[in-house]
Amino acid sequence: MSKPKLLWLQSITCNGDVHSFFNHPDFFSILSHFELIHHPLLATAYTLDDVLTGEVPCDILILDGAFRKTGFKKSGVEMYDLALTYSQKATHIITLGTCATYGGIFKQADPDNISGFCFDEEEKTECHEVYQNKVISLPGCPAHPKWLSYVLMSLYKNVPIPLDSMLRPQELYAITVHAGCIRNEYFEWKIDTKGHGLKEGCLFYQNGCQAPYTHGSCNKIPWNEVSSKTAVGTPCFGCTEPTFPKKALFKTKTNMGIPSDVPLGVSKRAYLTITGIAKSFKIKKFEERMITYDR
Amino acid sequence: MEKIDKRTRKKESIIQAALKLFSINGFHKTTIPDIATKLQMSAGNLYNYFSSKNILAKEIIKYTSKVLGTEIQKINMMDISSEEKIKKIVGIYFKISQEKPEMIDYFLRVYLANREVFNDGCEGMLCVSEFMTELMIFFDNGVSSGELRNQDFFSAFGLFMGYLGGMVFLKGEGVLPNDIEAYVDDIARNIYAALKS
Repeated sequence: MSKPKLLWLQSITCNGDVHSFFNHPDFFSILSHFELIHHPLLATAYTLDDVLTGEVPCDILILDGAFRKTGFKKSGVEMYDLALTYSQKATHIITLGTCATYGGIFKQADPDNISGFCFDEEEKTECHEVYQNKVISLPGCPAHPKWLSYVLMSLYKNVPIPLDSMLRPQELYAITVHAGCIRNEYFEWKIDTKGHGLKEGCLFYQNGCQAPYTHGSCNKIPWNEVSSKTAVGTPCFGCTEPTFPKKALFKTKTNMGIPSDVPLGVSKRAYLTITGIAKSFKIKKFEERMITYDR
Repeated sequence: MEKIDKRTRKKESIIQAALKLFSINGFHKTTIPDIATKLQMSAGNLYNYFSSKNILAKEIIKYTSKVLGTEIQKINMMDISSEEKIKKIVGIYFKISQEKPEMIDYFLRVYLANREVFNDGCEGMLCVSEFMTELMIFFDNGVSSGELRNQDFFSAFGLFMGYLGGMVFLKGEGVLPNDIEAYVDDIARNIYAALKS
């Protein structure tokens, strides 16, 4: 059986998704299942000049970076046009990272003209109509290395990947980053952390954490095998969302002390009712430091 | 089902009778036999519905919170400005204080004055959560739409409800020269002026 041909094509990008995938513990093993046609940082059979001809083979196309119809050129070739050329050839297209999916950070430079490939934030682009049946969205800034390996290996083994309305794998994005957060006890009793990096407290109420309404599995599939932003006491920045990046990421936006965003799928009325009840109790355990070193 | 409905209705009639007696005579001076007599039932039977006076007191505050919360929820659901909502909330609060003065009096003269009765089971906002939730929704909507100034919740809440509670208290003391509903427009205007962005 010949290996699927994998083409990794970059538009405007910071290389974050490339480096993220380098951190996969099984990086070489995963790539060994594919014929790497081109990769932005690895030596491959075809050079960038070969890729720019639009003639190299491609079964699985990874699109990385944000798109603009004109002005993002490599050696005189518009990357948007090149992406369209290989999208027609490819059997599967992976929009890797928030920039390629929604526009992300790079969209901020020219919000009217820069977007993701199939989505401009939450709006569908014209590519959505044409390619929706072969696109898989993997938003994240960067995307988790194991999210990409899940998709690549599922495609390799021809295992179906159920997608949601934003073409994201449900296996990875049906839950929120809040699911599996080790601070959930503090969230339940509405006790905020007293500072970043502390083991105690939740980051949702004052410190900007967007995990309860951010699609992603950062706390189900740990980063670097061990950790996550919220695990170490940093708020989730909502980097997998079409709205990324918001401003003031370390501060929760509130209206008279009431969070302007509440957990996904929960009405504000329901949330405030539960919050009011939970806040009425003082749980001694959660007021104390978790670990004491001076006994 | 009919049996459950009958029991629910009976509990509600006990709550309403007790609400009146507690708010008029005070919590400590009102006894379970007093409430039972008012309802023409035996004290023993009343205990089948509420096993103690303290438990009854807590159920009453939940009941009044629900009644007020339901009224404010109706206003919150209206497609009108925060300024208009303030006027409606002030209006309904004063209307209840006229038509069912025991509802507001209970909160002011029983709930706030006998905290030891409510400490166990009504901590914090536990028994008034429906009322508090609707006020939070009101403030949140007002700030989201840009009509109200963003500030600490309790500074806004205290201004709003402290003001209304104070007026109803003055009415109860018989010192207001006018009917309380005559103050709705002015008070709503004052509250809006203090809260607007």
